[in-house]
Order: sequence, then structure tokens, then C-alpha cells
Amino acid sequence: MDAAAALERLREISSQVRAAVIFERGGKIVGSTLADEQRAKDVAGEAEALLTEAEQRREAADQPGEFAQLEVALQAGSVFVVRDGDRLIAATTQPEPTVGLVFYDLKSCLRDLQTAPAPKKRAAPKRKPARPPRKTDAKS
Amino acid sequence: MRSRNVLTGMLLGAGSLAGTLLFRRRLARRRERVDVYFDNGSMLSLAKPGEAEPLLRRARRILELAG
Repeated sequence: MDAAAALERLREISSQVRAAVIFERGGKIVGSTLADEQRAKDVAGEAEALLTEAEQRREAADQPGEFAQLEVALQAGSVFVVRDGDRLIAATTQPEPTVGLVFYDLKSCLRDLQTAPAPKKRAAPKRKPARPPRKTDAKS
Repeated sequence: MRSRNVLTGMLLGAGSLAGTLLFRRRLARRRERVDVYFDNGSMLSLAKPGEAEPLLRRARRILELAG
């Protein structure tokens, strides 16, 4: 499934998600619900910085394990960042969302993206018709 | 008459206690905070203004950008 289809599906299944950006570390945008590409890049940049700061807190707190997901609850809404392999998704919701459900939907969106469409079956090569045996002249 | 007054007082007391608990619970839920989850199942919650503020600021910016 491509990024646009995965995000479209996310919007269908989750009424709580307002906007979402799928990106890779380093700032490469994979897909976004935002019309403005520059805004999508800025959101990805801020989300990555958020993630870096969260990881620094983990190191300071001497917590084992790698980052999986985070939620920042604000009065104006919530911000979620979820990681699946190399890909990340940052999303915004209304205030006081159903946290578990949003995490599940975002993770599903990233997984949808990973499942590549099944490769088309190759058509079996056509067999060449068997050549008729050459006629040999019996003259010589 | 007296037992009725006692009952009314008790009901009022219980009602105000329940109201306070609900209000405090709701207030705690609305507090701005950062919850970070790790792949080993552990979680880090930042709610103190000093430690959470830089992350809250970035999240506010994301909300602003996303509209």
C-alpha cells in the first residue's frame, strides 16, 4: 500500500486524527495529509526533534529500551509520534483523545505502508513452436 | 427530625466529597504532560513544568503547523 492510500485509510478508520505526516529520520517525507509540503517538512522536523529530546530524557533516566511511541497532551490537542522500523508517523488529535486507540491506528497505518502489494505474476513464457525438421536434399 | 437532619448532612457531605474527587480527577487528566513509551514496555512520564516544557513547546509548534 502506498503512503497516500495508508493515510486515506487512517482518516477513514480514525475520526480523532486531524493531521498526520509519515517520514523517515533525516527528514524525508513519505506522505502527509497536509496540502502544504513545506508545512509537512516542518512538522516532521519538529517531531524528530521531539523524539531526540525524548531519547535524551530516557538516557538521563537510565531507561533501557528503544523509543516506540510518545504522546504529548496539551490543552489545545494531543501530538503523537509512533515508530515502526525506520519509519515514523506524527499525528495531531483533538484534546483528550482515546490514547490507546490512536496509537493502534497510527501503528496500523505504518504497517499498512510496509505491506507491499503482491508482485504481479509473470506470464509463462510462450513456447516456441517446434520447428519442423529441415528438409534435406538428397541430391548430393 | 434530628435523624433527618443528620441524614441530610451526611448526604451533602458525601456529595461534596464525590464532586471534589471527580473535579480533581478531571483536572489531573487535563494537565499538560509527555508520555514516552519504549519497546521493552517501559514508560516515562514527564509532567513537571521544568522537565516537560521543551517538549511541550515543540508539540505546541506541531499543533500550530498542522492547523
